[in-house]
Amino acid sequence: MLEIKNLHVSVEGKAILKGIDLSVQPGEIHAIMGPNGSGKSTLSHVIAGRDGYEITGGRIIYQGEDLTGLAPEIRAAKGIFLAFQYPVEIPGVANTTFLKEALNAIRRYHGEDELDAMQFVKMMREKAKELGIPEDMLKRAVNVGFSGGEKKRNEILQMAILNPRLAILDETDSGLDIDAMKIVAEGVNNMRAPERSTLIITHYQRLLDYIIPDKVHVLAHGRIQRSGGKELALELEEKGYAEFGEAAA
Amino acid sequence: MVASTNTAQQVKELAEEKYKYGFFTDIESETAPKGLNEDIVRFISAKKNEPEWLLKWRLKAFKYWLTMPEPRWSKVIHDPIDYQDAYYYSAPKSAADGPQSLDEIDPQLLETYEKLGIPLKEQERLSGVAVDAVFDSVSVATTFKAKLGEVGVIFCPISEALEVCPDLVKKYLGTVVPYTDNKHATLNSAVFTDGSFVYIPPGVRCPMELSTYFRINAANTGQFERTLIIADKGSYVSYLEGCTAPMRDEHQLHAAVVELITLDDAEIKYSTIQNWYPGDENGRGGIYNFVTKRGHCRGRNSKISWTQVETGAAITWKYPSCILQGDNSVGEFYSIAITNNYQQADTGTKMIHLGKNTTSRIISKGISAGRANQTYRGLVRISPKAEGARNFTQCDSLLIGDRCGAHTVPYIECKNKSAIVEHEATTSKISEDQLFYLRQRGIPPEEAVTLVVNGFCREVLQQLPMEFAVEAQKLVGISLEGSVG
Repeated sequence: MLEIKNLHVSVEGKAILKGIDLSVQPGEIHAIMGPNGSGKSTLSHVIAGRDGYEITGGRIIYQGEDLTGLAPEIRAAKGIFLAFQYPVEIPGVANTTFLKEALNAIRRYHGEDELDAMQFVKMMREKAKELGIPEDMLKRAVNVGFSGGEKKRNEILQMAILNPRLAILDETDSGLDIDAMKIVAEGVNNMRAPERSTLIITHYQRLLDYIIPDKVHVLAHGRIQRSGGKELALELEEKGYAEFGEAAA
Repeated sequence: MVASTNTAQQVKELAEEKYKYGFFTDIESETAPKGLNEDIVRFISAKKNEPEWLLKWRLKAFKYWLTMPEPRWSKVIHDPIDYQDAYYYSAPKSAADGPQSLDEIDPQLLETYEKLGIPLKEQERLSGVAVDAVFDSVSVATTFKAKLGEVGVIFCPISEALEVCPDLVKKYLGTVVPYTDNKHATLNSAVFTDGSFVYIPPGVRCPMELSTYFRINAANTGQFERTLIIADKGSYVSYLEGCTAPMRDEHQLHAAVVELITLDDAEIKYSTIQNWYPGDENGRGGIYNFVTKRGHCRGRNSKISWTQVETGAAITWKYPSCILQGDNSVGEFYSIAITNNYQQADTGTKMIHLGKNTTSRIISKGISAGRANQTYRGLVRISPKAEGARNFTQCDSLLIGDRCGAHTVPYIECKNKSAIVEHEATTSKISEDQLFYLRQRGIPPEEAVTLVVNGFCREVLQQLPMEFAVEAQKLVGISLEGSVG
């Protein structure tokens, strides 16, 4: 699904990622953990194709295709979804309108018929119900006046509707209380499927109590310092990241 | 809601068309000699078979105009206008004698309006919307006249109104915008050629939307239409105007005047979708849109509401205003102005509170892209007798890119202590974060910008009659074409 090979990335001339290797198979959930400033968010943005990141070496291969140079909307159409750490507000644009535009843009890309308003609303309501999202949240402007928890749940709703092949959750657990985190985790677990891969980027181990990863990687100083199974997360919880600070020095 | 969800698709469909109204119709026309002098004013008046009083009024205006300097207080910049280098009367020959029915209209004219999406033929008309079509200097067709006549509504070209109801025209013309008002309005008073006249009798709620489509076709021709709408006691009318012009390298002048009058308990809702040719991406050509629009709430409890979507024209200079004379009268101004490339707009409103407990509401949304410059200029004046007057103003600007400008110039004159005047203003940019967020969800950049802008304008778009809201949203997308990346 996703093969990252020796990826080097700079932002404004400063090297952030210094040789990342990562291989995610279909159906797998990987967690990437690391201290603040380790390059976790950079990695997620580079996969999604955000401007302002310069790839100075290496490649990102997604479903056998090099992503370099592809626009973010093309990557999205090909099935890459990024749940944002800080979901953005779009005043005056109803959640429903936004999501219908998004889904239909992706459908157009694949040469599929667009959904009309009736079909779309029906589908959206079903998904919202599954995720326990109240109807009024669908009518409100995108993320405007949403609480932290509502914003994150809205990201999961978008993910459920756009049905991606590769989902990246960037610090989705930050700022969530335990109930909101359970709802988010449940959403992700429900979407677990043999053809879908998920990358969970997080600082803390606690989200991984609810979403059990197949693999855990520790990212620090722009490199993956260690990889292991789910037990690695527990070890980090106990010992912290201090070890990796020294290892990289 | 349904309208906005379709926007992106429609924008995409129209994306290659750029300014799709830029065609020219090769039609035989009758044109007055080039230039402006007293003879031209007499020529126009004679062409229209006008009564003596109107000719005298025109001539007074013309003499006064000669003494007036160009207005220089706005922020717009342009070369001096050569008033002698233009034609002041141009009429399609076949329409010059006034068609008696649609069958007599030149098929080429009908075709032109069809290209503009305005079917004039009986069987194809938009149901529920009556249309008056003004081509260069004359009105070529008015639909649904008979049906409106049944309830006593008069909707016709102003030249025709002079024959049908001369007393009404004489009583109200120039009473809201006097011929001495400003340079452009005075020019209009001297040389206005046509425009729409509407009279709604007491107690009548006009059964359909009324609309006028203005089209400048001939080269080097100015368009000077004059619209007069009178809503008698307890009546209601919703009126919409749309405007387009061919693409030409030279600038063309459009100096219109609109006068609205509401008597006791009457309401006029006036919407404009202005899409004159804006000039090319280097600022060559385009219409100078210098328009004076003013409403007079003469009666108690009357209301005038202006909604405008200004996307076209090289320069827009207009301030649809309300004089709130009747007690408890209400004035509203909802505006979207979009400027791209080298377009300039200096627009806003004036709310003059004279009566007791008068209220006004101003919602202005300005969007600038490319190298465009835009100014909101608004006056709220509370006179000493306007006990309990109330105003709310919200003025938001959105910038796209870093070479455009937005300016807000609010004037507030409050001479009554009981008045409450509120002013809110914001300026924002479409952020990189917003664009990336939308694109990450699969929405291409131009559609993403359109979505954000439509969201920004929502409050105003909601004010438009449903049939036109969709058209306005499409325009938003087209006007901003090329503003990303």
